[in-house]
Amino acid sequence: MAVKDYIRERFFPHLWCPGCGHGIVLNSLLRAVEQLGMSKNEIVMVSGIGCSSRISGYVDFHTLHTLHGRALAFATGVKMSKPELNVIVPMGDGDALAIGGNHFIHAARRNIAMTALVMNNRIYGMTGGQYSPLSGYGCQATTSPFGNIDYSFDIAELAKAAGATYVARTTTYHAKQMTEMIRDAVLHDGFSVVEILTQCPTYYGRRNRLGDAAEMMDWYKSHTTPIGSKAKEENPSLIERGVFVQRDKPEYCTEYDKVIEKARGGQA
Amino acid sequence: MAKAKLKEHLINREWCKGCGICVHFCPKNVLELDAQEKVFAARPEDCICCRLCEIRCPDLAIEILTEKQEASENGKSA
Repeated sequence: MAVKDYIRERFFPHLWCPGCGHGIVLNSLLRAVEQLGMSKNEIVMVSGIGCSSRISGYVDFHTLHTLHGRALAFATGVKMSKPELNVIVPMGDGDALAIGGNHFIHAARRNIAMTALVMNNRIYGMTGGQYSPLSGYGCQATTSPFGNIDYSFDIAELAKAAGATYVARTTTYHAKQMTEMIRDAVLHDGFSVVEILTQCPTYYGRRNRLGDAAEMMDWYKSHTTPIGSKAKEENPSLIERGVFVQRDKPEYCTEYDKVIEKARGGQA
Repeated sequence: MAKAKLKEHLINREWCKGCGICVHFCPKNVLELDAQEKVFAARPEDCICCRLCEIRCPDLAIEILTEKQEASENGKSA
């Protein structure tokens, strides 16, 4: 398997729990990179803190493991100094939208060419199963033993409103679609967000009696539908999957280059 | 397109955590977990080389080798 050329085998088996969806994201990501035919030196992966963020340790690209929620800020620095590199920022739902919520919306607003992968398992797994801003109303977490009363963000709507120019959603069940989306997101010249519903059988699944990893993936199959499908009309509770936004808008690093040129008064 | 012919299920027992995702989603019911909760190909003759197990394995522990395609060097040593 050529995808194995892109990993640091010495750190395997990885630390994720049996059946953890993050491993499937890693699997699909490696296949996307393989399809892109990029060399390991062309990719920078910047992650924050959490189960999902440990992914940067397993891939043999340039990698940065940074502060909780601040991966996009570090990634912005990397991209601004080396715009020719492809920057991929994997984040958990809490990392991206609670701790790093501001970084997320402002990176989207600037439309800086980076790929944000939001691995949405609806829980803080690493710290013991506390509810996150994506857990959802009524769910069980270690910090909501009587049911959660917080409503969730809609990551795709949020990213779209904040100005991201590529926004997509898929699940770990739809691994092939995930690979295609990650590939397209990396190729997109602007801020791209791919939300991936990924199972946490250890905390979210167990607390909410959703069964084992495979059963949680079955749930993704039965509770999601392609954008604008007839099934969605008939059952509005279904989660839509697909590409929500794909549009052109001036990219931040390109615009910044123009500022530099103006400031120099046209002199090289 | 010629039909892919199975050569081998290359399974990395060190990496497999026995989550059962591959067993559950195999459309031909080829895979099973053994007594140590590691996956093995119980009915390899039924395999249609769809690779659904390979692409959904969270542990990168299973690879479908077909007659045409040789294993990568890393894959063989793993």
